[in-house]
Parts: sequence; structure tokens; C-alpha cells
Amino acid sequence: MPILEVRELAKTFNDLQAVDGISFQVNKGECFGLLGPNGAGKTTTIRMLYGFTPPSGGQLRIFGEELPERLRQVKYRMGICQQEDNLDPDLTVLDNLLVFSRYFDLPNREALERARQLLNFFGLESRSQAKIQPLSGGMKRRLVLARSLINQPELLILDEPTTGLDPQSRHQVWDRLEVLKKQGLTILLTTHYMEEAASLCDRLLIMDHGRILVEGPPAELIRTHVGRDILEIRDPSPMVRDFLRDREVVYEDFGHRLQVYSMAGNDLLLRLSRDFSAAGLSLRPATLEDVFLRLTGRELRE
Amino acid sequence: MNIYGFDISRRFIKVWRRNLAVYQQTWKISFLPPLLEPLFYLLAFGIGFSTMIDGVQYQGLELSYRQFLAPALISVAIMYNAFFETSYNSFVRMYYQKTFDAMLATPLNLAEIITGEVAWAATKSLLASSLMLIVITLFGLIDYPSGLLVLPLALLGGLGFATIGMLFTALVPNIETFNVPIFLFVTPMFLFSGTFFPLQNLPGWAQGLAMCLPLTHVVQMVRAATLGHFTSGLWFSLFYLLVFAAIIFPVAVARMHRRLIQ
Repeated sequence: MPILEVRELAKTFNDLQAVDGISFQVNKGECFGLLGPNGAGKTTTIRMLYGFTPPSGGQLRIFGEELPERLRQVKYRMGICQQEDNLDPDLTVLDNLLVFSRYFDLPNREALERARQLLNFFGLESRSQAKIQPLSGGMKRRLVLARSLINQPELLILDEPTTGLDPQSRHQVWDRLEVLKKQGLTILLTTHYMEEAASLCDRLLIMDHGRILVEGPPAELIRTHVGRDILEIRDPSPMVRDFLRDREVVYEDFGHRLQVYSMAGNDLLLRLSRDFSAAGLSLRPATLEDVFLRLTGRELRE
Repeated sequence: MNIYGFDISRRFIKVWRRNLAVYQQTWKISFLPPLLEPLFYLLAFGIGFSTMIDGVQYQGLELSYRQFLAPALISVAIMYNAFFETSYNSFVRMYYQKTFDAMLATPLNLAEIITGEVAWAATKSLLASSLMLIVITLFGLIDYPSGLLVLPLALLGGLGFATIGMLFTALVPNIETFNVPIFLFVTPMFLFSGTFFPLQNLPGWAQGLAMCLPLTHVVQMVRAATLGHFTSGLWFSLFYLLVFAAIIFPVAVARMHRRLIQ
């Protein structure tokens, strides 16, 4: 039985179709990613998962329980890490965890033990009596994560867990999520960092304009949509352009730069450097970011 | 429990306890205003003001001005403590600190969060009026045992002002907008609810208006309790406050739903 099941889920705000009938499921022990540009409907989707936004249509099931009818029961077993930092600035680090534990009916003794474990796990034990405000961005984020684990959830939902963090803090968060994944926690996350999605997620989907564009394991998505390698040609001569046009290769033209999604990049690289010039040619491994940009386009989303 | 279609369980007490935990960090400062305020007012009016007036005629009783004023001070504190808690303080928690959002990620629902906030605001009214009662008792201005009725009245009045404060919190677009209900609602009540002078001094139409204000009814009941002088009109005041809270509360919860759950 899947942990999370979404079927034909839809949300309309006035005239805007924010989520347009999406379906996916997350299995036990899996890390699943929701990717998409700003306004794609990611946050609306996960807000529906935890009852912040009532769906306009479709079905939602978590732990086999129907939502929103069984929302309260589901929330006892779920951890949610929202996008905004919403720690309680009126309380200390430790009290943030303890006060939160009460909302899940945790007995005091168990809550204290659990809070101490989590502070250790996230490297915050020396700050347990500190106020929230002086903490660094990375520490706050780790504390939000710790707080979302206080009830020992079976499903952890993370909305952009590393946005706004410096590289060190980001890697620290990834490292901790890696450990949690190994312990068998099921994770659903949204992110803008392709690197994060590629390394953490077993499967992911890319959505835009409220619809799912593709879904699958990151490596497979890269293979099927952009190939293994990408050949970049800087300042291509008209001859090179003609050459490519005559061949059956897929490429994108950015004016001063061509990007060839060659499924056999090495051969093409050899031909080009032999017949034309090697200057401005480079072959690099394809990444999830290439898939993302290829599928969602390059225009800015503001 | 299902109240007006909202599922409200005892979990609201956890929200109340969160606010208590924060209050406990600063209680020494929070205790000062209710202790000092009646002291200052009674000294100012007792020494400076009462030389100009002989006393106040109130429902056939001959009262000193301080006797007349003391219950009004408690009533105003009941209003301020509850109203400012669910207006400014709740707004800060809701809008700036995102405390409600964080709570909504737990088994708590919005109706329970609002109930916890309202209950806490009423508790603050109770705390403040208890402290004031002690100070005013030292001035010999409280009749006992009827004076003890001030405590349940503080809770009831607190609930009323807390629900209306919460309704404004659900409606205002930003924190500055609270100035509107404060100038149109709270300040007129502070001045014209039989607080500093008897309602009878007002023209008839103004008396009628004053009877529509919740503070008028809190003042009448608290004054009856501190004087130990009860009239049948108080039943209406009690009824008014119960109905007021019972109507405003579900409206506040519904508007809060509209604001936060979309």
C-alpha cells in the first residue's frame, strides 16, 4: 500500500487553475520530489496534503486514510516542514520542541528525551537554552526539521527545505536527510535545487502550470529527455549551424551558444572538431537541470 | 465537540498553555500594570480630583468618587487585557510569527487555535483583575464576599472582548488598521460606558447608545459586585454579555477560516 496517493487532484483559485488534475503516489521508504518553476503548483499541492488548502477536486489518501475527513488522525503520523521559517520566537530552542510535542499529545518525559535526541542529531544541543532570533539561518532550518520530527512521523513533508541557506548549511541538511532516508523515513519534498533532487530523490516529478510533465527516477529522466551528455558549442559559425541542421540532432539555439542533446555526443564532438574547429566545443554530462529547463522553458517566472 | 459546525476539542488547552509558557517568562513585568494602574488612578482621583466633587449619586446610593471609579478601573482592565491580546498579540502571532501556521501542521485545527487564544485572553483579564482587586481592597473600596464575583465576571467580560478582538484580527489587512476599531469602539467605550461618570449624566439618546456597548454591562456588574448592591437590571447585562460572546465567537472563527485556509 502506498503511503501517499494523489488522484486527479485539482485546485482553482478564482480563475486560476493552480493544480490541474495531478496523480502520483509515494511508496514507503521512498524519497519523492516535486519540482517545477515558481507558480507551477508545487506549494499548493503540498498545502492540500496537510489541510491548509481545501482541494477543489480529486482524491487524497495518506496512510490509506481519506483526506480531508481523517486529517487529524493523519497529522499525528506526519511531519511538516513549511517553507517559511515559523519557529516560535517567544520560546527557547528546547521549548520550541517541547511546546510542539504537546500538540501531538506526547507525554512530558518522552518529549524531553525525544527533543534531546533531535537536538543532538541536528547539532543543536549546545543551543538548547538559546532564543530563536540569534540563531543562524542554517540552525533555524535544522531546528524546524527537528521540530517536524518530534512526533516520529512516518511521512515527512518538506517544502523547499534548503532555500536561502549557504552551501555549508545546505550540505548539512542534505546529510541529515540522507541519514533519515536510510532509517526508512518516507519523504516528500519540493525544491529548486536540481542537485538536491537528483541526489536525494528516488523518484520525482516535474510539474508546470498545474500539470505533471514527467515522472520517474532522476537518472532515467535525464537519459530519456536529454541523453547522457550535452555538447555545448560557443559562438558557432554558420557552417556549424548548417551542419547540425542537416543532421538528425536535437539542439537548442541560444544565439551565441548551441546546446546539442546528442545521444551520441562523442561522435559528434569528433566530427565537429575534425571538420570545423575544436574551439568553443565542450562536452559535459547531462544533469537534471537540463531536463528541467528543456521541459519547462527558459523564460523567467516572476 | 461540535460548536456551530466547528470541531473543537479540549486540545485548545495546548494553545492556552503555549501562551502561558511565554507569559511565565515575563510575568514580573506583566504584573506591574495591574498593580500600579489602580494605585495611580485612585491616588490621582482621590487626592487631586475628589476635592472638586462631593460624591456620586448611583442607583440611590451616595458614593465617594473613588468608590464609583474603582470598579470601572477593573472593568477597563478586563476590556484592555482581552482585547489587546486577541488583536495586536494574536495578529503578531498569526501574521508575523506564523505561529498559527506552525500549529496547523499538527493535530490542532484552526477553531481550536482560536479558542485557545480567546481563552488565554480571558485568562489575562482574570489575572489582571485579580491583582487589581487586591490593590483596591487595600483602599477599602471592595465589599466582600460579593466582591469575589469580580473574578467570574472578568472571565465572562474577557471572553466577550477577546472574541471581538479576534474578529478584528481576522478582518484587518495590516496591524495599523487596528487603530480604526480602537478609535471607533474601544476608546468611546472607555469614556462613555458609565466608567468615569454615571450614564444618567448623558442625554437620553446617548444612554441608549451606551447600553449597546459591552463595556457598559461589564461596568454595571463589576460595580454591583464591588458595592454589594444588586438590581434586577443586572440579569439583562449578564444575558447581553453571554449573547454577545456567543454570537461574535463563531463569526470570528469563520472569518479566520476564510483568511487562513484557502
